[in-house]
Amino acid sequence: MANLKELSKNPERVTGGHRLCAGCGAGIVARQTLIAAGNTPVVLTSATGCLEVSTTVFPYTAWKTPFFHSAFENSAATCSGIETAYRSLKKQGKISDDIRFIAFGGDGGTYDIGLQSLSGAMERGHRMLYICYNNEAYMNTGIQRSGATPLGAHTTTAPAGKARQGKEQHRKNLTEIMIAHGIPYVAQAYVGNWNDYITKVQKALSVDGPSFINIFTPCRLGWNYKPEDTMPLARLAVETCVWPSYEVENGVYKINVTPKEKKPVTEFLKPQGRFKHLFKPENAHIIEAIQKEVDMKWELLQRKASAGCQA
Amino acid sequence: MIKTVYPKGKIAAKTGNEVMAEAMRQIEPDVVAAYPITPATEIVQIFSQFVADGIVKSEYVAVESEHSAMSATIAASAAGARAMTGTSSQGLALMWEMLYIASGLRLPIVMAEVNRALSAPINIHGDQSDTMGARDSGWIQIYSENSQEAYDNMIQATKIAEKAKLPTLVTTDGFIISHCMEVVETYPDADVKAFVGEYKPERYLLDIKKPYTLGSIDLQDYYFEHRYQLAQAMKDSQNVILEVAKDFEKTFGRKYDMYEKYKLDDAELAIVVIGSTAGTAKVVVDALREKGVKAGLLKIRVYRPFPAEMIAKDLANVKAIAVMDRADSCSGTFAPVYSDVVAALYSAGFTVPKVVNYVYGLGGREINTEHITQVYDTLGKIASGKEKPFAGIEYINVRIK
Ligand SMILES: Cc1ncc(C[n+]2csc(CCOP(=O)(O)OP(=O)(O)O)c2C)c(N)n1
Ligand code: SF4
Ligand SMILES: [Mg+2]
Repeated sequence: MANLKELSKNPERVTGGHRLCAGCGAGIVARQTLIAAGNTPVVLTSATGCLEVSTTVFPYTAWKTPFFHSAFENSAATCSGIETAYRSLKKQGKISDDIRFIAFGGDGGTYDIGLQSLSGAMERGHRMLYICYNNEAYMNTGIQRSGATPLGAHTTTAPAGKARQGKEQHRKNLTEIMIAHGIPYVAQAYVGNWNDYITKVQKALSVDGPSFINIFTPCRLGWNYKPEDTMPLARLAVETCVWPSYEVENGVYKINVTPKEKKPVTEFLKPQGRFKHLFKPENAHIIEAIQKEVDMKWELLQRKASAGCQA
Repeated sequence: MIKTVYPKGKIAAKTGNEVMAEAMRQIEPDVVAAYPITPATEIVQIFSQFVADGIVKSEYVAVESEHSAMSATIAASAAGARAMTGTSSQGLALMWEMLYIASGLRLPIVMAEVNRALSAPINIHGDQSDTMGARDSGWIQIYSENSQEAYDNMIQATKIAEKAKLPTLVTTDGFIISHCMEVVETYPDADVKAFVGEYKPERYLLDIKKPYTLGSIDLQDYYFEHRYQLAQAMKDSQNVILEVAKDFEKTFGRKYDMYEKYKLDDAELAIVVIGSTAGTAKVVVDALREKGVKAGLLKIRVYRPFPAEMIAKDLANVKAIAVMDRADSCSGTFAPVYSDVVAALYSAGFTVPKVVNYVYGLGGREINTEHITQVYDTLGKIASGKEKPFAGIEYINVRIK
């Protein structure tokens, strides 16, 4: 459990003045990640995407800690290269600091184009934390569908139109794919619960091996909602079980936030412009399909957690 | 008995891949990240064995693709490590995006590259299409005629890259050099290490006391300047390459230049070629000289930066020149080296030589002394005015129909 009083003493290593949209979840993820790291030196990498382009417009930078962007699909391979250089130089006595390594990637850079690079880095066992700030589409290039985009959502490459109603597939379950890698720590988190997220980052940074956090990160532009609703909206995702907050530590599942009362998915879908078309009477079956999928996945997760299931 | 050039040198029979790995062992980079591909696989296999046996302090990253190999090498270099990789053909093609990032970030990476044809059709044999495709990527490109040169080039490349702050690749011709046993002289570890020196980056990501952001987005207001600086660095690297060659000669006794002139000074007919085919062509030049034909050869060693002014001067008085490309650019006009040579001559104001373009040896197709003799025959006819220089490309030893 993180302690707010203690955390408030930690340095701020992402400054304001960056160019993320007002209410962007990605900025919150970045800031809380570095607050969680406290005074531990960290080197960051990032995939191309909103977070990177908005925080590093030359000659300015929002980062007060070493930050490296190289390309879109290789944040994990990049982080693994830095971590390897660290091991090599440390072994030779050329550096003495204790440093941790964090790779950021959007859902596009993680679920899709960067999946191979991520899988390889995790399998090789580099001591690094990969954080997917998941806003469920390619936002930087103008809201295109990704493997993380949920069923029915409107995006600019799977738009809602006369003949089709947004994305026709369910999103893939990347968190489970990462769990299947057998790495020491995997978690799902969400913007809007600093305690849950910061605790997870601290746990992830403490394990001696690869770790992965998939954080649900609302995008006010792509999801089309009021900028002040970022946190309540992410909380609704947890309360409806659309995005459960859970972790898998050394193979053991644990649900971190159990909603007191599981709300219907419509409460999460309703405030968002990207799902507007689903509320036409003829699209009721899509909402039903979303509810069914959420129920099934939640049921499965609960069973895994209550059985103390080994991944 | 074969004598060493360097008094403390050691003579041994080695393949091109073995000597490249040997040079890497002696240089002992902090990080190597690579992915296997024929005919370069051996280099990284041998190197992994060095790591497994604890012979080198290097860390080896067995990545899951060449894209990640170059990504991890770039990252290691940016982190402050001396970093190397090796690849060939499809592997280099898969790295394409990252090649530009390596040079754009001015990282002194060294790559052992074995030239191989590009798919499709898939073919594992030697031609230079792969690195020719990367000729505009901002990498210094050094080609080798044989294993000795490959070994010497790797040692020099490390110093060149770090002084010029440009990534540098050293190539051998697939199978012809990479897999062929040759007599090679290697130098003692300590002497190679002393020559290469310690790597001291100006700034690096692991220097946490001086945090900085690398890989920023440049908009219309800065991008052009950064690319201009890169182009300038490439231009200036010619001096670095020549300085390092001088140092190398002083230390180890072998002379290197941007290119090699073989009986070129008084030549009337000349071939311009890159790589192992130069060895074959030298045999032909010798035979023609015996017969009184003034044949010569210019073998390009450093293709990027392209030593245009020097080459133009050295070719200015040749009557007929054949530029032999082991790659086609499918441009509907000429192959890459030809275009560079002609541009060099023309921009220097030399319009006397007649210059023709041959493409040969794609996918490892044989090129022998007879083929090259024929090229000189044609050059003789062009020089004497008996034949007009042909337009476009002549393809050597290919079934046209
Ligand atoms: C190889 C490559 N393909 C495509 C792009 C264009 N591109 C840049 S960012 C991006 C989408 C990023 O989406 P995501 O990873 O979800 O991050 P977000 O912008 O949503 O934060 C795309 C398609 C690129 N930069 N490189
Ligand atoms: S488009 Fe979305 S992800 Fe990108 S900066 Fe704006 S709110 Fe953030
Ligand atoms: Mg996204």
